[in-house]
Amino acid sequence: MPLNDALQSEGFVTAKLDDVINWARRNAIWPMPLGISCCAIEMMAFAGPRYDVARFGAEVFRFSPRQADLLIVAGTVTYKMAKVVRKIYDQMPDPKYVIAMGVCTVSGGIYRTYSVVQGINQFLPVDLYVVGCPPRPDSLLKGLMMIQENIKNDRPIAKGTVIGGTEPEPLDIAIPMIEGPAKQTDSRTSRIYMN
Amino acid sequence: MFTFEDLQQKNPALEFQKVDVGGDEAALVSRNDILEVASRLKNEFGFDQVMDALGHDRMEKRDRFEITYNLRNHTTKQRIFLKVRCDERDAHVPSLVSVWTGANWHEREAYDMFGVSFDGHPDMRRMYLPDDFEYYPLRKDFPLMGVPGSLPLPHHEDADPRFDLANRGE
Repeated sequence: MPLNDALQSEGFVTAKLDDVINWARRNAIWPMPLGISCCAIEMMAFAGPRYDVARFGAEVFRFSPRQADLLIVAGTVTYKMAKVVRKIYDQMPDPKYVIAMGVCTVSGGIYRTYSVVQGINQFLPVDLYVVGCPPRPDSLLKGLMMIQENIKNDRPIAKGTVIGGTEPEPLDIAIPMIEGPAKQTDSRTSRIYMN
Repeated sequence: MFTFEDLQQKNPALEFQKVDVGGDEAALVSRNDILEVASRLKNEFGFDQVMDALGHDRMEKRDRFEITYNLRNHTTKQRIFLKVRCDERDAHVPSLVSVWTGANWHEREAYDMFGVSFDGHPDMRRMYLPDDFEYYPLRKDFPLMGVPGSLPLPHHEDADPRFDLANRGE
């Protein structure tokens, strides 16, 4: 029976509490934008009207980490900045997710020098890597949908833990999940890796 | 147009040596004379702005480091260069902040990258790198990937050591 009919005839529906909690969590992700360099422009396009992240319920960008549950690290992280990034991560309430956006964040990218951290997974648990220089906004949207899928499969109550206290099981190595929607003529290939 | 001969004619006691930088007027001045030369350039010849102060590692036994000041006269639209050198063991030169206040951050940057300190600078701290960093990265003997362990990262208990390139010594 469709949901509307069920509500009108019976006045209630039955569901697992896990599903209800996860439904609410995944459709109201509040991102904390950490636009450190040029990837931030693509992140803004991801939030803007053309790509419109509001379709996925994540349009409420919070500039306070205490109100956010998804950290988007968009840009080159230097060793001096790493302390700040970690501090912002630590201030976010659980459950929290981290997207490493762009190759500089993922692996240092073209900046193979003394001052740039060669991958933020050295000091942060990263949930999703969105690769590209910069990645296209639709790649980041796909990444957000994969985070939502991850939340959907979470079982906070069934695992007997505090609600949201669970973290996705990290895989041993990063596996390429999808080929990016980059056009053939576009040299900026985007790929997404799930940790 | 100003040439360093004008300065020499007006002040015969000053010692400096003209150098070729590909067209513009430039002179190498000793550490003792640079403050005098700088203030005369500003007050008598109208070089009212220091556009930049650059460090340079010449990798030579004597006078290893060179600081180049890029000066500009906004009335005649002329640009000249003023150079001063110092040894590695005695790496300090007089600061020109007392003449041009704008030299402050440029000199701090040169100190940050080359370790040449500026005497009389009001705020001789590092510019870009963390305050507790012990090295000077634009020196020629500094390795590109840095010195392992010299820049600590925040603690992360799940960090994968395979990705820790800085401490793996690559």
